[in-house]
Amino acid sequence: MSIGHTLLGLLESGPRHGYDLKRAFDEKFGHDRPLHYGQVYSTMSRLLKNGLVEVDGIEPGGGPERKRYAITDAGITDVQRWLATPEKPEPYLQSTLYTKVVLALLTHRNAGDILDNQRAEHLRMMRILTDRKRKGDLADQLICDHALFHLEADLRWLELTAARLDKLAEVVVK
Amino acid sequence: MTPAGSLLVADELRKTYGPTVALDGAEFSIHPGEVVAVMGPSGSGKSTLLHCLAGIVTPDSGSITYNGREMATMNDAERSALRRSEFGFVFQFGQLVPELTCVENVALPLRLNGTSRKEAEKAALGWMERLEVDDLRKKRPGEVSGGQGQRVAVARSLVTNPRVLFADEPTGALDSLNGERVMDLLTEAARSTNAAVVLVTHEARVAAYSDREIVVRDGKSRDMERVV
Amino acid sequence: MSLRQWWRDLAMGVRFAFAGGREGWVRALLTAVGVGLGVALLLLTTALPSALAVRHERGDARADINYGQEKKKADDTLLSGNASTTFRDTDIRGRDLEPEGPKAPLPPGVAKFPAVGEMVVSPALKKLLESEDGKLLRERLSNRIAGTIAESGLIGSQELAFYRGAEGLAAQDINGAGISRIDKYGNPNPTESDSDPVLVLLVLVVFVVLLMPVAVFITAAARFGGERRDRRLAALRLVGADGRSTRRIAAGEALAGSVLGLVLGTGFFLIGREVAGSVEVFGQSVFPSYLNPSPLLALLVAVAVPAAAVLVTLLALRGVVIEPLGVVRTAKPARRRLWWRLLLPLAGLGMLYPMVGQGRDGGDFNQYLVSGGVILLLVGVTALLPWIVEAVVARLGAGAVSWQLAVRRLQLSSGTAARMVNGIAVAVAGAIALQMLFAGTSSDYTKDTGYDISRAQMQVTVPKGKALAATAKELAATKGVRQVYAFDEGYVNDGSGEDASWARVTVADCTSLREVAKLPSCRDGDVFVSHVAPAAGEGDTDRQNADDESNVTARPGQKLYFDTSEAAEKQTSVAWTVPKAVKQAESIADPTGYRRGGILLTPGAFPAQAAAGVRGEIYVRVDDSLPDARDYVRNTAARINPYEEPMTWVSTESNDRYSSIRTGLFVGAVCVLALIGASLLVSQLEQLRERRRLLSALVAFGTRRRTLSLSVLWQTAIPVGLGLLLASGVGLTLGVVLLKMTDTSVRVDWSSVLSMTGVGAGVVLVVTVLSLPPLLRLMRPDGLRTE
Repeated sequence: MSIGHTLLGLLESGPRHGYDLKRAFDEKFGHDRPLHYGQVYSTMSRLLKNGLVEVDGIEPGGGPERKRYAITDAGITDVQRWLATPEKPEPYLQSTLYTKVVLALLTHRNAGDILDNQRAEHLRMMRILTDRKRKGDLADQLICDHALFHLEADLRWLELTAARLDKLAEVVVK
Repeated sequence: MTPAGSLLVADELRKTYGPTVALDGAEFSIHPGEVVAVMGPSGSGKSTLLHCLAGIVTPDSGSITYNGREMATMNDAERSALRRSEFGFVFQFGQLVPELTCVENVALPLRLNGTSRKEAEKAALGWMERLEVDDLRKKRPGEVSGGQGQRVAVARSLVTNPRVLFADEPTGALDSLNGERVMDLLTEAARSTNAAVVLVTHEARVAAYSDREIVVRDGKSRDMERVV
Repeated sequence: MSLRQWWRDLAMGVRFAFAGGREGWVRALLTAVGVGLGVALLLLTTALPSALAVRHERGDARADINYGQEKKKADDTLLSGNASTTFRDTDIRGRDLEPEGPKAPLPPGVAKFPAVGEMVVSPALKKLLESEDGKLLRERLSNRIAGTIAESGLIGSQELAFYRGAEGLAAQDINGAGISRIDKYGNPNPTESDSDPVLVLLVLVVFVVLLMPVAVFITAAARFGGERRDRRLAALRLVGADGRSTRRIAAGEALAGSVLGLVLGTGFFLIGREVAGSVEVFGQSVFPSYLNPSPLLALLVAVAVPAAAVLVTLLALRGVVIEPLGVVRTAKPARRRLWWRLLLPLAGLGMLYPMVGQGRDGGDFNQYLVSGGVILLLVGVTALLPWIVEAVVARLGAGAVSWQLAVRRLQLSSGTAARMVNGIAVAVAGAIALQMLFAGTSSDYTKDTGYDISRAQMQVTVPKGKALAATAKELAATKGVRQVYAFDEGYVNDGSGEDASWARVTVADCTSLREVAKLPSCRDGDVFVSHVAPAAGEGDTDRQNADDESNVTARPGQKLYFDTSEAAEKQTSVAWTVPKAVKQAESIADPTGYRRGGILLTPGAFPAQAAAGVRGEIYVRVDDSLPDARDYVRNTAARINPYEEPMTWVSTESNDRYSSIRTGLFVGAVCVLALIGASLLVSQLEQLRERRRLLSALVAFGTRRRTLSLSVLWQTAIPVGLGLLLASGVGLTLGVVLLKMTDTSVRVDWSSVLSMTGVGAGVVLVVTVLSLPPLLRLMRPDGLRTE
């Protein structure tokens, strides 16, 4: 999961202070692993360096968390590209996918497209595996089956999420 | 919008059953030899799409062209004849006539086309061999397992050398292993005869046998190749 | 197992019988109507013996015959003259009553003697007389109608009867001309109803033939909705009902349908009873009150019908194991064996065989053997049919797809098909046998009477004391009469006492005489001797006057005597001499078909003093283009003598009551077939609904509607065809046996075979046609939808 893209995405809805960003991240995505200030700081300085964010203002007191950041046009493009790129189908993708969906909802992008896109990518992978399985020996078949079942589970999750997008939007955008 | 060389094309299909909207502007196209999976949640209209494409149901509006011919201009008898000779069907269950033996079931579509009993059963046996169920020829559907029965059904759907094979949840009643076997045999046979396959399923692993996927949601279709 | 539990299970079954929305109701109602019709027929059957007995008693109670006992006039005597007559083809019972004292007996159903010039009539006759139709009869029965005869004086609701006040009957010939003097009504020696054994046989067989299919139908009705019920029971097993309790629930369902059937049946019977009061079957009608089923038999019906329904249900469930997850039919039923099935009809034939040739006059048929034999034969049909259907269907090759579908289906479940067809087969077999019996016996009853109705159609006997010529003149003047031939007939003897030779004498004018003999010439005053040519050669010797000795007595100059005695103790005679100029004549068949020999006299040659020695007979030729010509003659004849009805001639005498029984039987058989057709339809529809998904799939891959419709037709037509074939065989066999029993010449009544099998085939067609709309509806792709 890309923290940089996530923080960028969070900034898209408006300029925020560093501590604001941390709180928003923890609230929405960091259920089991809250961000350290250090992570926020290093990430933001990288983004600053790359011209994806700019400093909008500084509160008295100093420190990175006191800085107010705003996203640049280049930053918005970067977020867009990231969201539109399907993840390589692999196990334990959910957290990234979930982040993408929530961010899409937060930024009023079409979350359904993200899911469908991912879905098509999954199925493409499954086709390749199915094809390999048909041509391969028993060992290949078993290995492919393992991957196929996982992919299928992901795909089901995608389907289910697609069906529940409206509900998710209500919860996320409040 | 229609890709060139399509065998069966549907455009702007609309169909309602009473208050229920089954299809709401669905589109579809398939090439000879192509396997297209139609997926979607239950009640989304994917079966209705298949029924419309196969000429079993007439849509309220929209056009379906098979091999350059507009289906709306055909009458019931012509569409029945088309289904008999150009299309093949596999359903989830309940399609084999319980009184007939397996080989008679497989021979049935040929016999409906007027082929003599002997010839029809000979051809039927050939297909049963390809689907590895030729030892069941004298058995009745009630006496064979689900997977075997479904393979018999596949044999029956292919016996007329159809140009389009419609399969509605062909593995729906089967376990993974049997389902896979049926799909293997079905797609292989279809590819070898260059038949197009319209495969309605809700299982991704079954859909993975396809070349292309269409998702139907709320009566609208979406070609997954053309997302974003 | 507690009684409460039992009761609860049964009650649950009863609830299930009517639950299930419209379909459930329709099924329950169909079962009930089927059972109801059966019950009504059963009740009618149980009521019929008592109805016949009541009729017979009433008939006895109004008997006015004193069996030869001479009675003297007293204050308790009554003169009763038989004034019965005929209107068109209907008999009218009529009596002229003249009480001779205050204590004269009143006939049953009559409150007060009708005064002279008045009459009391039965309600049906009153209606007839008051109608436009009865105008002509009113001329004959012109007396004022003073009242009606009550039910106790009639033997049927539609009976035509009257009692008329009269006077001067004593002056008539008591005991001779249909007048009797009685002091009480009623038959002093009431007889047992002594019916024609052939008729008893017919009634027995009719009942068996009509009741057997009803029984078959009731058992079929009890199976309506069977498969659905099995699935429902399986669902109950899933929630914890045990095997026994599901059976009790099923029993409860069957019970509910049959009890409702009992209620409907009672209703049908009551309606039928009222209807029965207004119909007339072969000239006999009954009062609704006669039709009282004997309580014991009615109770038997009330117990037996539900019990049978429950029993059938439990039997049907015997081959089925209801598991929580579905219904499992136990392994293939044992192969049907032929031997015991053949045993039944053979035993039936064996029971009937000893009675072959008993004939009509030989007398009695053993009722138990007859009904037992007939029942066994017909039950044999129901036992043989499943075997035959199975055996034949197993050998049927595959033809067209529709044929193949039907045959394969039948091969899997020939039992169900055969069960449904059984009713049709039994009804048709029985009906064919009966039609044959009726056709055979009625052709036997149809005799050539010998009357030549092209020459005359009616015969009027001139009463004593009336002149022939005057009577003839009166008749000749009647509307509708073309020609009358009037003869005075009598005998003469040669006066030698005990050993006297006799000759027949016929007195008539030349025109009339030419109707009986070929005359060389004829003038008034001529005398002829007529010879019966021995070469008549028709083998019909009893139509010739074998005892006529005119060849010895009618020699010229021979003195002969007319017997003019009024009574046995006062012998008188008038002598007459055969004239020299007697001419020879050759007899020809007269209008009655007889060749009469003897002496023929023209009126001029007949001694007037001998008038008491002859009796007038007038043959009347009527104008057949006038519809009621015969009734005009009857009117005239009744004026001349109300106590001697004119005879109406027919060339052949047929027993037309048989033709009405045949019609009735045909109608009954058609009704039974329709009933069975209904149950066929129900099971057909049920089967179609179960195959809904399959039908849709078949349509999807392009099966023509015609193919499926045809397969539905074959599926009914094959078993019904086999059933009809078997039924024709058994029916013809039974018919032959019955005809042999009644000693009647065996003739196959092909028309009835054809009409019955035609009706059977019609039932198949109707069932198929009626199941087509639902079939076409089921063939829509909705059935493909996966829920």
